[in-house]
Parts: sequence; C-alpha cells; structure tokens
Amino acid sequence: MSQEHRSALRNHVSRFVWLAVISLVALSACSGSGATPADDSSAAEPRSLVVYSGRSESLVGPLIEQFQSDTGIQVGVRWGTTAQLAATLLEEGSNSPADVFLAQDPGGLGAVEALLAPIPDSILNLVDARFRDSAGRWVGVSGRARVVVYNTDRLSQADLPGDLWGFTQPQWKGRIGWAPTNASFQTMITAMRVTWGEAETRRWLERILANDPKVYEKNTPIVAAVGAGEVDVGFVNHYYLYRFLKEEGPSFPARNYFLSNGGPGALIMVSGAGRLASSQHQETAEAFITFLLSRQAQEYFAQQTYEYPMAQGVLPPADLPALETLQAPAVELSQLADLRGTLELLQDVGALP
Amino acid sequence: METRPLPHIGFPRVTLHAPRWRRPSRARLLVWGSALLVAAAVMLPPLYLLLRAVGAGSQAWSALLRARTLIIIGNTALLAITVTAASAVLALTLAWLTTRSDLPGRRLWSVLTALPLVIPSYVGGYLMVASLGPRGMLQGWLEPLLGIERLPEIYGFPGAALVLTLLSYPYALLTLRAAFQRLDPAQEEAARSLGRSRRTVFLRITLPQLRPALAAGSLLVALYTLRDFGAVSIMRFNTFTRVLYIQYRSSFDRSGAAALALVLVILTLAILAIEMRLRGRGRIHSNQASAQRPPALVPLGRWRWPALAFCSLIVLLSLVIPAGVLLYWLVRGLLSGEVLMPLLQVAANSILAGTLAAVLIIAAAIPVAILVTRRPSPLAHGIERLTYVGFALPGIVVALSLVFFGSRYAPSLYQTLPLLLLAYLVLFLPEAVGAVKSALLQIHPNLEEAARSLGRDPLQAFRLVLLPQIRPGLAAGAALVFLTTMKELPATLLLAPLGFRTLATSVWSAVEEAFFAQAAAPALLIILTSSLPLAYLVLRERETAA
Repeated sequence: MSQEHRSALRNHVSRFVWLAVISLVALSACSGSGATPADDSSAAEPRSLVVYSGRSESLVGPLIEQFQSDTGIQVGVRWGTTAQLAATLLEEGSNSPADVFLAQDPGGLGAVEALLAPIPDSILNLVDARFRDSAGRWVGVSGRARVVVYNTDRLSQADLPGDLWGFTQPQWKGRIGWAPTNASFQTMITAMRVTWGEAETRRWLERILANDPKVYEKNTPIVAAVGAGEVDVGFVNHYYLYRFLKEEGPSFPARNYFLSNGGPGALIMVSGAGRLASSQHQETAEAFITFLLSRQAQEYFAQQTYEYPMAQGVLPPADLPALETLQAPAVELSQLADLRGTLELLQDVGALP
Repeated sequence: METRPLPHIGFPRVTLHAPRWRRPSRARLLVWGSALLVAAAVMLPPLYLLLRAVGAGSQAWSALLRARTLIIIGNTALLAITVTAASAVLALTLAWLTTRSDLPGRRLWSVLTALPLVIPSYVGGYLMVASLGPRGMLQGWLEPLLGIERLPEIYGFPGAALVLTLLSYPYALLTLRAAFQRLDPAQEEAARSLGRSRRTVFLRITLPQLRPALAAGSLLVALYTLRDFGAVSIMRFNTFTRVLYIQYRSSFDRSGAAALALVLVILTLAILAIEMRLRGRGRIHSNQASAQRPPALVPLGRWRWPALAFCSLIVLLSLVIPAGVLLYWLVRGLLSGEVLMPLLQVAANSILAGTLAAVLIIAAAIPVAILVTRRPSPLAHGIERLTYVGFALPGIVVALSLVFFGSRYAPSLYQTLPLLLLAYLVLFLPEAVGAVKSALLQIHPNLEEAARSLGRDPLQAFRLVLLPQIRPGLAAGAALVFLTTMKELPATLLLAPLGFRTLATSVWSAVEEAFFAQAAAPALLIILTSSLPLAYLVLRERETAA
C-alpha cells in the first residue's frame, strides 16, 4: 500500500471515528434532555415511576410487582441500603431521578426530609399519628418491634428481666449480643435519650459495656449467634427470627421475648415512604404510597414479612402481641431523627470507634 | 529528553543537538491525550472529597483529631502490614511451588490457589464465621466427638487478618507467577555452576529479580486491605474504612466522612511511596525475553508431602470451606422446598459488565503503561501513581463521587452502563496498569525502534510489534479486572441502570435479609464464572512457558 493510500485511509477512519463520537454524544444529549420533559408536559398519565428502596427486594419486591400489574405503571427500583440511598439522594439534590424513597428507618427519611414534598392528609390519615412525620413529609408503612432474642436451650422467658436495665446485672456478663453500628439499634438509643435523658442513657450504655457484650454487624448475625449459642441474648428487631425459622425449621433454638415492662426496649421501628419534591411524577408517586397503605399491601406485610401493618384496621401477624400491648415509649418519630447526637454518645462511651 | 531516530525511510537520522520544537506526532498526542483523560477520571473521587471536606464544619475536623483516630490509624496500618507480609510469604511459596518445583498436579493447584480472589470479602467473612466461628460448623462437628463447646474467638484482628490474607494473596500470587515464568534461568544456572547453594541462589539471584513483581503484588494487597469493608465489619476490627462507613451510615454526615476519606488518601500516598522505594529500579528486560527456555524443575524429594499438605490447607481454608458452606446452604434450602430466583439474566449482566469493564480498563491502561515504561517522566509516573488512589478508596466513596458529578454534569449518562464502567475504571485501573506495565518492561525498546527505523509510524510499530508480544500480559490484566468487577458491590448498586441486577447484588440482597439459600446460588455462580477466565489464564501461561 502506498503512502498516499495509507494516509487517505487514515483520514477516512479518523473522520468516521469523530462522526461516531459526535453522533453518540448528540444522541445521548437528546435522549437525556429531550425525552423526559416531553413525557411530563403531556403527562395526562405518566406511566413510569422510579423508587429508591432501602428495604430489600426480597421484602418489598413482590409488592412492587403487584402494583405494576394492577396499574400498568412501570416501576424502576434502585435497591440499596437506606444509608447509601439517602447519601445518594443528598448528592443528587434536585437532579435526582427518584420519585419515591422507601426507607428502613426514620433516620434515613429524616436525613433527606428537606428534599421531600408534603404528603396529602388523605394518605397521612390512614396511619396512626405516632407512626408518621409530624410535618407530614413521610408516612410509616410497616413496623418492627425491638425485642430480645434468646437461646431456648439456655434460657426460658422466666429467666429474662422485665426491661433493658435488667441486662446491666452482672449475671449477663459475656452473654449479650448487640449491634452498635446498626441503624435500628441506634434509633433505640435515640429513643432512650429522648425518654430517659442523656445522663441516664450514658449510664445504661456504660453498664452494658461493663458486661462485655459481643458486638455484631447487624441483626441477622445476632440471631444466628443466639441460635448457635455464641451468646444467650441479643437486642434485635422482631422479624429476623422468622427468616431463620423458615430456613432452619422450628427446631432453631431461639425465640423472641417482648420486654414485659416496655420502655425504649419495646420501641416500634417504622419503615416509611416519602415523595421527592424534585419528582416529575407527583401523582403517580402518591398513588404508589397509597397502594403501600392499601389493605392488600398491608396484609402482605403482616403475613409475608411478619411486620406490623401501619394502616389502621389491618391485623398484625397472628403470633405477635398487639401493638397496643407493647408499651412502646411515647416518642415522636421526628425526635428519632437526631442520629448525630446518638453517634457521638456511642463513640464517647466507646461502643463505636 | 533522550534522542531517538526520527521516522524516516532509509538510514535513521540521529539528532545530536536538542531537537527543535516540532509538531507533536499523532501517536504522542493520542498517548498523552488518553493518559490525561484517564488521569482526569481517577481524580474525580479526590476532587469530590476535597469539595465535601471544605464544606465540613469544624466539628468534623475536631472529630478527626480525637485520640481514637490515632488508634484507628494504628489498627489499619497493623492490619495492612500483617496481611501484606503474610500474603507475600504465602504467594512466594505457592508461586515457587507451582512454577518451579515438581509438585504433583501443578496445573490444578495453579488454578485453585488463584481462585479465592473471586470471593467477595463480605461473603468470605460471613462464611469464615459460619464455619470456623466460636460456635460454627466445625465446632458443631467437634462437639459430639471431643466435647468442645467453643472454639477460640475468631473475631477482631486475627479473624480480619486471616480472611483478608486468604482473599487477597492471589493478587501477589498472580504477579509473582508471571514473574517466575519470565525469569531467565541462565543467571541462576550460572550461579549454581559456580558452586552456590540453592538457597543462596534464591536469595541472591532470584529474589532480587522478583522484587518489582513482589512489590507490585503486595501493593495491591495492601491497598485492598485498606479499602476493605466487608471482612473488617464482620470480624469487628476497627479500621479506617469501617469507621468511615459507620460515619456514612449513622449520621448521614458526608462532610465528616469525606474528611476521614482524605486521611485514607494520605495513607495511600504513603504506601505508594513505600512501594516505589521497595520496587527498586524495576527495569529488567532481558534482551531475548521471548526466546527463553523454561527452567529445570526442582525436585521436592521428601518435601513433596509437606508441600502438598501446605497447598491443600490453603485451598481448604480459602476455597473449599467457603464453597462448601455455600453448597450446604443451597442444598438445605432446596431440600426445604425453597424456589430459587432465576439467575440466567443476572449472570449475563454480570458477565457483560465484567467483559466491557475488562476491555475498557485495558484500553485505558495501555497509554499509561506506555508512558511510564517508554517515556518515563515525573508527570508520567505521577499519572501512574494516581491510578492507585481510586483502588484504595472504599467503593462507596468512589460511587458517591460519581453520583455527585454524574447527576450534575452528565445527567444523560447518569445511571447508565457507561458511567458504571467509568466507576469500575476508577476502582480497578491499577490492576490492569500493573499487568500491562510488567508486560511492556519485559520487551526491549529495541524491538519497536527497529520497526520504527524500518519506516513504521509509532502506531504501526505498536500494533504490529508490541501488541502481539504483550497480548498475554493484556489477557492477565483483563482477567484480573473481570474477576474483581464480578464481585463489586457499592458502585454497582448506586450507578447501574435501573433494574440492572448482577450476581453480586443478588448475593448481597439475599444475605442482607438472611435468605441463605438464595444467596448461595449466585455466590457459587460468581465462583464458577470467574474460574473460567482464571483457568484459561493459568493454563495458557503454562503452555507459553513450556
């Protein structure tokens, strides 16, 4: 091949490459900026929705499929942990593609509350005032109770104290499992700070620490460790146990104990939903949240995930005590959003690095 | 600048004086342009951290100055040093056994000992506790036999060091194996013939030549330890990354977390400096790299059985036990009537993302590697060092930095495959740069210069002469990137297109909710799909050496 041929060919190739690059960029720019607004302005009925879900797919995936087949609305879901997704929402700000945020705990929703749009009263009123944001920016969808999980080979219910202070006794040394990094645990500590005050909470933490609790990453490993006899009791949410019973059968040697005297140890942890103010699909987002509080969805939570339904008039799982009998502390959910203070306290007493 | 022949047909014309400024050649523009583009990409996370940290109040900075911070830095350094040293010893032994000795079944051991790399650390840590924990499966078997009620605590430093060593030593193993195979046995043979003992030859001749590879592999191990979150959190050992995650998770405090992450960047730079020093000059190209004989294998004699036992123990701990527990979970779940999620599409997604990432990252690594090996300059070295920063940062930091820039400045690319690939690039680039670089070092620049003097332009010289020679190195880098992409989690969760599930995200979502059988199937699939390229790599490597 001659020199001229080669350079001609090279020019052709490079021209082609440039053309391809430019058209690609143009194409993606069009699809990005052009398509979405067109969708929204004509939005008599937008048929799609983006949900950021801090609750796992195995728990709420079936519900989302149900919503899609009921309404024909396409739901795209980004699955992640509540904290990751809250951080993502904060970084995205008003550029977020998300319409709805489903969070595992009030802390996650509290962190992004500035980005949420108020939810209409018609939806809020489906839920007891205890289980929604007092400013109406998000609403509880399902609830988990804080419990003590115990090893049935080592203990019976009669051996367990009536409240969390009982575990500060020396006989519990080396037998407790807890998860100071876990969001539910930290929310329980926040509830303690609200009901008992800072000093009393610090005292409880210090005395439990003196009992040498075994530290776990989160609830699931605690339940596993209690079942295996690595520790005798653990502070967890109630519903993880049922997963183990399902996988390992009823012989799995751990059960839940609901503290008889209540207090922060019987806190109801709420998972909730909020609507992003930046969303272009406000009505669809509203329809989705309404669906989550429908009888059908609420019964799903009660029967399939062993959680407490939040909509009034739907019964909890058969083998769980009624919400009213739990003597949960009277704490407003918005008070539970102050995680920074809890984090500092936990670091200060040495429960967290 | 060194002088070099200008492209000219006929006799090479050598400039004796400093060359006048001339229009940079197309090749130079291409190489520098793409290297600078790569440098810009890997600078995104540090830039993001700076932006966030500037916004941090005095609170975040005072939190950083607590006495605890020092303890945590100490913890992190201790873990990184231990894991790196243990991995180096392990990898050196295994690499020697599988390339230089007459160990029975070398090919099989070669594949098996490299495989632990594909096990995600959060899975590896979990499985280690399930099997060897105080009341794990091992204890369950021992109790009826020996009446042992508790095994010693695995949590804390020993557990974290054990799990991280077992999962990351293959980084050092793979680079060392390649180096062993490139070694010219002539020098060793000469020393032997002069009456030196095997030991002396190894220490004085072999080891110094392995130094660059050992340093490069150990660097990856050290940085992997630095950024790991899964193993240290399950083993409850407080490293910097764990504290950083706690900060993100507990207080949603991005500025405080950014301040912490910047400290991690500084630690990384320190490690990079140490590696530079340990590596030595690192320019060992034999003149006849491609024409070398395979070395004679050392007979193990009565050491054969201990050597086999050693390999078995490592494979048992790092591969058989984890895979065994997964299999047990899977079978138990299936027996109790659990229906597994379909995984075909998910596996296809993983393989697609892994393959695209491997191709892209190799393409990005080539210009960087060419610059540091063929046109070394402070800027070139700087770019190469920079590529390691993303590798040492926890995945969540890299993911959030691309969320920040992507959602603001490239909304049309945000949450699409290209942006996810960019995240993989930032995270895994050094794995490829290392592989390409060592392949290039092996080839003497004479070869390209010969091609140039015969009238080929630099691009042609690269394509016709270099590329065929470094292809094995490219394949090795690509395989490494593929394996680590298969198990990547935080960036995939936050940046993948909506509904784009991978095997790693499936494992995560099942483990998260304690659906062990559902977790076991995709986890086993990760091991299986990743072992194919690895087996190819190791077996092909043998053929070229033989």
